Amino acid sequence: MADFDQELDASGLNCPLPILRTKKTINTMDAGQVLRVVATDPGSVKDIEAFCNQTGNELMSSGEEGGKFVFMIKKS
Amino acid sequence: MAGTEKVAMICTKGTLDWAYPPFILGSTAVALGKEVSMFFTFYGLNLLLKDTSKLRVSPSGNPSMPMKMPFGPDWLRKIDWAPKLPNLFMNNMPGFEWAASKMMLQSTKNHGVASIEELREICQEFEVKFLACQMTVELFGYEHSDFIDGVEFVGASTFFDEAGDASNTMTLYL
Repeated sequence: MADFDQELDASGLNCPLPILRTKKTINTMDAGQVLRVVATDPGSVKDIEAFCNQTGNELMSSGEEGGKFVFMIKKS
Repeated sequence: MAGTEKVAMICTKGTLDWAYPPFILGSTAVALGKEVSMFFTFYGLNLLLKDTSKLRVSPSGNPSMPMKMPFGPDWLRKIDWAPKLPNLFMNNMPGFEWAASKMMLQSTKNHGVASIEELREICQEFEVKFLACQMTVELFGYEHSDFIDGVEFVGASTFFDEAGDASNTMTLYL
């Protein structure tokens, strides 16, 4: 498994909470650090991508693990 | 930077269901790095009151609202009661609006949807500007103390000043 500095479990949360929690967590991190986000909202797949597009943070990977959506985001 | 993108919203509706779009869009836009100001006027003022327990959703006059049980077995929850109940009944039955509002609150909880208070707090934490229309505050007999902290009481020209230049502002009328 890839390394990460922080993890956010957004399981069970619906739009727009996964994005808002992601933003909140990223605010507390340093540039270059990696955040792993776990979510169950199917909308989050596109939304996390859009969030990264808009904010300039790098979406390193996006996939599914055990029925949940997992994202790795590197803070810019 | 050539100036942050802005989002300016006019929020005019004060029901529980219509409380969601402005706060969802406002909190998301600010999380995406935009500068957001929300102007609340007429019934939209309800959304800034300290006490949000009076926000209601009404099935009467709203034929597209599904009425589904937020609890119980699957077969029961799948039934859409709205087309089965005459509008006249829904309009006149005491307590119906209260029940519909309770059902909506329970459904949002079941689906992991944030509460209005939660979204509103996140907006403020991320520094979304809340502007309340002073004229309608007076028209509806509100006091400034009825509203949450951090609200600015202003007029229409402040909204336009906030919205600023159309070339980098998205304006939403909700």
